[in-house]
Parts: sequence; C-alpha cells; structure tokens
Amino acid sequence: MGEPESNSGKDGKKDVVIEVHDLKIAYGSFVLMENLNFSINRGDIFIVMGMSGSGKSTLVKQMIGLKEPAAGRIVYDGISYWDVDAREQDKIKQRFGVLFQEGALWSSMTLAENVALPLEHYTSLPPTQIRELVAYKLALVGLAGFEEFYPTELSGGMRKRAGLARAIALDPDLLFFDEPSSGLDPISARLLDDLILELRESLGTTVVVVTHELASIFAIGTNSIFLDTEKKEITARGDPNRLLRETQDPKVLSFLTRGENERGEEKGPTRERR
Amino acid sequence: MTTGTIEIDKKPDNSLRLILAGEWKLGNTQHSAEDVFDRLEEQEVNRITFDSRGLKNWDSMLLVFISKLADACSRNDVAMDQSGLPAGVRRLMDLASSQNQRTGMTQGGERQSFLTLLGEKTLDLGENVKEALAFIGEVTLALLRMLLGRARYRRIDLTLHIQEAGVQALPIITLVSLLIGMILAFIASIQLKLFGAQIYVADAVGIGIVRVIGAVMAGVIMAGRTGAAYAAQIGTMQVNEEVDALETLGISPIEFLVMPRVLALTLMMPLLCVYADLMGIVGGMMVGVGMLDLGAMEYLSQTQSAITLTHFSVGVFHSFVFGILIAVSGCLRGIKCEGSASAVGYAATSAVVTAIVAMVVATLIITLSCQVLGI
Repeated sequence: MGEPESNSGKDGKKDVVIEVHDLKIAYGSFVLMENLNFSINRGDIFIVMGMSGSGKSTLVKQMIGLKEPAAGRIVYDGISYWDVDAREQDKIKQRFGVLFQEGALWSSMTLAENVALPLEHYTSLPPTQIRELVAYKLALVGLAGFEEFYPTELSGGMRKRAGLARAIALDPDLLFFDEPSSGLDPISARLLDDLILELRESLGTTVVVVTHELASIFAIGTNSIFLDTEKKEITARGDPNRLLRETQDPKVLSFLTRGENERGEEKGPTRERR
Repeated sequence: MTTGTIEIDKKPDNSLRLILAGEWKLGNTQHSAEDVFDRLEEQEVNRITFDSRGLKNWDSMLLVFISKLADACSRNDVAMDQSGLPAGVRRLMDLASSQNQRTGMTQGGERQSFLTLLGEKTLDLGENVKEALAFIGEVTLALLRMLLGRARYRRIDLTLHIQEAGVQALPIITLVSLLIGMILAFIASIQLKLFGAQIYVADAVGIGIVRVIGAVMAGVIMAGRTGAAYAAQIGTMQVNEEVDALETLGISPIEFLVMPRVLALTLMMPLLCVYADLMGIVGGMMVGVGMLDLGAMEYLSQTQSAITLTHFSVGVFHSFVFGILIAVSGCLRGIKCEGSASAVGYAATSAVVTAIVAMVVATLIITLSCQVLGI
C-alpha cells in the first residue's frame, strides 16, 4: 500500500511522531483490517473512528504494546516498537499514558496508590514529592480529597477520571484513550474534552483517541482515520470537521451524521397501535 | 382478551389476502407461518397481501409471524406486499431485513466434525503444556530477579498474601485436620481393637498424618481456598484490563502479581502442613483417649516413638511442592483468563481441578521415589 500519508502541521512542517506501516489486525485466520498506513504528528489529537467491531481498540492495543500485530510495523520516532528488544520497548512505553475503557484502576489499591505507582516505578522522587504530585494530578481531574478511596467506592465516571490522573502521572508525551467519554454524563464528557485540549496546548501531548462520540470527535479531533469493516481498510482520513463537509464516502458521512444522511430524515420506528 | 385471528381470502388473480384481526400478542394463541404457508401451497399463489384493519394490538409475536412468512414466500418465489400492514410493523420489518444486517463478520456457526474437534483439542493440549512451561519459566526468572533485588513488586502485597495464605487459613485447617485425625483413628481402631492393640492407633495416625495425609489435606484446602482465589483475583484483573494497565507501564504482571502469591503460598504451605500434622495427631488422640481407653501421655509417647524425622521431612517436602503447584495453577489460570465474567468462574474452577490433579500426581511421584530410595 506504499508509504503512510503524513499530515502537515499548521505551518506545513511535518513532525511525525508515530508511523504505522502495512499493519494487519487479525484474530487467527480472521482478518479484521489490513494494509493500514497512517502517521500521527506531534501535538495531534488523532481520532480512530469506525463501526463497533472494526478493530479500533485492537489497533490501540497494538500501538501501546499489548498485542503484537499479525503483520506490519509501528514506528515511534524512527524506532519500530515490535522489532526492538524488551528493554527498548520499555523505554518507549515510558512515553505512554493510557486511559482504558473502564479506567482499569488497580482495585486493591487506593486512588493515591494507583497514581503513585507509575511515579514510584519510573522515578526516584522522595515519597513527600510523590504525594504532592498525586494530589495535584487528582485535583486536575476534579478528584481532590479522594486520595484514600478505593476504586470500588467511586462511580464509573470518577473511576475514569482517576484513570486519567494515573495516565498523566508521568506527563507522557503520548496519550492513548479508549472510549474516554463512554459512560460519562455530557458535562463530564465536555470537561474531559477540555482537559485533553488543555494537555495538548500546555504540554504538547500527542493524543490518540478511539471514540464514537461525535461531539468529542468534532470538538477535539485535529486528524482522524475511519476503519471500514467491509473493505477492511482505512476509507477516510483527515480533520473530522473537514471530512464532514467534504467526504464522498456514504459510510463515513453516515457515521459522522449519526446515519441521517444514509437513511434520509428517518427518525426510527414508532408504534401506531400501542 | 381477544386472540389474534387470521383469515385467508383467495382472489381470482391467484393472489391471497391475509386478514389479520384481534390481539396479536405474546401469550395468545400462536399462529405458525408454516401452517399458513402449507395451506397456501395447496392453492396456486403468486402474491400475498394483507388486511390489518381489524388488528387491535400487536407485539413481537406478529413480527415473528410476518418474518417467517416472508422467509417462506422468498423460498417459494411468492411476492409479499406489506402495504396492508401497520406502518410500525413495516418499519420494524425493514430494520430486521437482511439488507440491514452486519456484513463482514462471518465467523462461527459452523459445526465441526468429531475428528476435527479431537485434533483441535489435542493441539490445544500441546499448546497448554507449552504455555504452562513458559509460565513456570517466567515465574522462576521473576523469583531469581527478586533474590537479586531487581524484581518490581510491592512488599505490602507479599505481606498481605502471606497473611491470607497463612494465619487466615488456620481455622479451616484446624477443623479439617482434627476431623481427619479422628477419622483415621476410628478406622485404625476397627482392626487393632480385635488384637487388643489399640495403642498402635497412635502409630497409624501419626505416621499417616505426618508423612502424607496432613500435607495432602492442607493442600486440598489451600487449592480450594487460595488457589481459586488467586485465579479469580488475577482473572478479574485481566477482565478489567488492570493487567493491561500494568503492562503498559512496563511492569511485568508476573513480577507484580504472580511472584508474591507464589512466594507467599510456597512459604506458608510447609508451616500449614506442620500445623495440620499437629491438629491431626490431636484429633487421633481425642479418639484414643476418649473412646479407646488410652492415656494422653501414653498416646503422645507412642506417637513420638513412631514418627521419625524422615516421616516429618517427607510430609513437609510434599507440602512445599504442593504450595508451588497450587499457586502456579491458580495464577496461570488467572493470567490466561479471557475477558468475561464466566471466564473468571471457569478460571477459578479450572485452577482447583488442575491443582488437585497435579498434587495427586506429585504425591505418587514422591511416594514412588521414596520407595525406590528406601526413605
């Protein structure tokens, strides 16, 4: 499929941080996607879109080193993740912050311990400084004072926010989000979007987001790809707002307009005789 | 409540009008589409229309009926005109139509032959053995790294696991070992009483408990209690992506989750075995003193003379091996757990079964080895 289509920054200069070459997503002999080629620029908020079951979450798992791709390469600043030894992979992983779909907080630890673990693992900061950092990160996601709570004592949205505090504990330059807004009320989802934008603006963080939430896609996305289940490849790429205006692909348009452009102005079934 | 009815009206142009009336709701009389179609087949039909003016209420029952009828029509090249159906029915039928079904996901649903299944299971078995060996290797490396002070784990976790696998297991070990000691004493006394040799009950109970039964009973209890708990804990973490979260931080789940558990149980099992031995002897003594007219000191002295350091060491060695087997089985099943709640249950059950089978095999190997070596 050739080289990935690189994006241009606002000043037209490319600063590619992640490149994906000829990637294949498969479960045994069942191929979900193949020949995926794309690149992500530093500071991008890159949205991975697609129908349920198109392999979006698996793609992110391959990018963060949890699942080896069936074929292809994922390159971080020139280093192909799956072609280097475990020590090199660990170095790349230090640059990651990951927010999983349900938060994935370690249930046997308090929120403070959850956020502190990456700091204890990768830094040699004294405990008092770690405590201060933990308190600050929790405050950043609106959970100040919840340090000693266990994940089971929190609501789903709070767990997700705590997961974000853990993801940004080490000020990573690459943040991955798997369905960040799912299960959140609209206000919390909006606050999360604002936080993502703020992290990108202030720290220059590159963000990769798997999401279905159209409001989030249009609010934060600077670049995107659309995974088509039937064609098993990327059928659209670029700024989501531009895609909405310009795409000729009916499936992409249908996705970006909640199906209204594909099915006319139909509002769904209503029963007449109930 | 009026039930749903159907009338068939034959038109001269070989079309049939189905007149639907009444309440077509779940729980009312079921109409079979096949029955209707059988009746239609008797007559030359090329088209079906509907009249639903008499229809009062409907739910999924009507939809299923129409859907089956549509299938039968398409099989027999009969046109079906849905315009006479309520608009809601038409829209729901449209939603469930084949054009709206998801394509590209055609896995599963294929029935496999016995030989294919047998082959796959055999290959799976080989794969499982390979996985288990790789896992044991990884745990060994993690233990070595811990000894070198390079393993990443929380000491508090190790302490907690030691507490859970040690002190907290004492009540159940006490109960079961006391009862096993009493049962052994009863069984031994049946024969020995015939010869007036009740005193040798102390020998039978002492040697039996200390050499193997104490360790086996402690092992069975810990497999059901702690091994299953390990599988469920790690399995749930796997389902909740907590293990993935560790891996993305570059923390090995083997070092962080598995190694403290294996170490805790391996350290605690010999201690639990010694305690189980003691409780078993006490149980035997309760029967001896209470029912066989033996003196407490006499019983203890006889037990002391029967048990040797070899018996004791063999028992403790058993428990040490059992500790490794139970912890490894539990953690392995947990780590390999797939992402669902039922998988966690399966992992816990499987951990217990694997541990008990492994313990029985290990006991046989140790016993045979002792026989051959004359220990």
